[in-house]
Amino acid sequence: MKTPFRTAVLAIVSKDLRAEVRSRDLLSVMAIFALLCILVFSFALELNRVAREEAISGVLWVTLVFTSLLGFNRSLAQEGDQGNLDALLLAPVSRTAIFFGKLLSNYCFTLIVALVILPLMSVIYNSNLLKGWLIFTTVLGIFGFSTIGTLLAMLTLHTRSREALLPIAMLPLALPLLLTAVRASTNLLNDSPAREWLVWLQLLAAVTVIYLALCWLLSGFVLEE
Amino acid sequence: MGDKTPIIAVEQLSKTFGPLPVLRSVSFNLGRGEAVMLLGQNGSGKSTLLRLLAGLSKPTAGLIHIGGWQMPQEAMAVRRQIGLVSHRPLLYGNLSARENLDFFGKFYGMDRDERGERIRDVLDQVGLAKRADSLARDFSRGMRQRLSIARALLHQPEILLLDEPFTGLDLSAAETLEDLIQLAQREARTLIIATHQLGRAPALAGRALMLARGQIAFDGNIARMSAAGLGDLYADICGEAALA
Repeated sequence: MKTPFRTAVLAIVSKDLRAEVRSRDLLSVMAIFALLCILVFSFALELNRVAREEAISGVLWVTLVFTSLLGFNRSLAQEGDQGNLDALLLAPVSRTAIFFGKLLSNYCFTLIVALVILPLMSVIYNSNLLKGWLIFTTVLGIFGFSTIGTLLAMLTLHTRSREALLPIAMLPLALPLLLTAVRASTNLLNDSPAREWLVWLQLLAAVTVIYLALCWLLSGFVLEE
Repeated sequence: MGDKTPIIAVEQLSKTFGPLPVLRSVSFNLGRGEAVMLLGQNGSGKSTLLRLLAGLSKPTAGLIHIGGWQMPQEAMAVRRQIGLVSHRPLLYGNLSARENLDFFGKFYGMDRDERGERIRDVLDQVGLAKRADSLARDFSRGMRQRLSIARALLHQPEILLLDEPFTGLDLSAAETLEDLIQLAQREARTLIIATHQLGRAPALAGRALMLARGQIAFDGNIARMSAAGLGDLYADICGEAALA
C-alpha cells in the first residue's frame, strides 16, 4: 500500500522547514547572496539614473534566479550527499510525491528571500516594488523557476560538477520564464495599462503550467536510477 | 532458521554499468527468517546486489522476486517489507533522533499514535531512548549507526538489508550493532549482511554467499565454521587475505 501523496509531500516540506529553522544553512546563504547581488547592481548602475530605473525588474529577476539556483543546489545536496534520497526512495511513496515535496520546500525558501528583497529593493532603488500584481508576478515566477530548478537539481544531483551543471542546464530552459516575468514586471513598475502587462503575466502563467506538467511527468524517470 | 518458502528468489540476475558488468547471472533463494552474509572483495558487486534487492536500481537482466512480487516492476508492494542499513546513516543531521524517525514514520504511512509507539520501542531497542531529543549530527558514529538501525526497523520490515554496517565503528559500537542484528534475527527477520568483517560472520549468519567478479563463487553453510576457516575459504575464493 502506497503512502498517500499529500502525507509524503507535507512530510518533506515540514522536515525541510524544521531543519532550516534549526540550522539556517540555506536561507542565510541565499539572503546574503541576494543582498550582495542587489548592492552590486545598485553600485554598477548608480551613475546612470535612467538606466537604473529601467533595469530594476531585470535586477530583481536576475537576483532571484541566481539566488534560487544556489538554494536548489544546496537543498538537494542535503538529500544526496548523505544518501538520504535512497532512504526516501526506499519508502512506499511515489517518486512524484518526493519531487513535489522538494519543489514546495525550494519554493518556500526562495519565496521567503523574495519577500525580504522586495522591500529592500524598494528602498535601495527608490521605487515601489510592493505592488499587488508585482508581488503576484514574483510569486508565480518563483514557482515556475522552482519547478524546473528542482527537477534539474535532482537530475544533476549525482553528477561530479553539479554546482556548475545546474545553471548551465537551467538557465536556457528558464529563459521563457525569465523573459515573461521581466516583461510583466517592467510594465507593472512603469504603471503601464493592464493590457500591456496582463499578456506577459498570462504567458508567464502558461509557461509555468507547461513546465509543471512536464516536471510532473518526468520526475518519476529522473528519480529512478 | 526459518521456513523453506523463499521470501527472496533471484534468478540469472545481471547488472552492467555501461560496458562494465558488475553482476553476472547471480541466482539464489532465501527462506523466510534466514540470515545470510554477503562476502566479497571491494567491487565484487555486494552493494549493487543489495541496491537491486531494495529496488533502488534496475537489473540489466534476470529476475528478482520478493514475497512473490517481481522487482522492480512491483516494487511499491514490497517496499514496506524492506529495511536498509547502509554504511552511510541515511539520517538528517539537523533533526533529532525522534524527529528523524517521525519523518520516516510519516513516509511509511504510519499514523501519529502508531509512530509514537514505534519510535519509543525502536529507540529503546537500540539504546537511544535517553538521547531521543538530541540532534543526529551530535551523535557519535556508533550512535548514528544505531539510529540508522532504528530507522530501518521502524516500519517492522520482514527483510533487513545491511550494507557494510560495521564500517567505521569501534569495538564496543560494533558489538552493540552485532547484538542488534542478533535481536533482529530472533524476531525472525530475513537478513542479508554485506561485510568484510569475516570474524563476525559465523556468529551472525548460518549461510554465506561469496561474490567474486560479479558471480556467486560460494553459497554454503558457515554455521560450524571457525572465523579462521572462513578466512581461508574466503582467501581461496576471493584471492585475498581475509579481513578478520
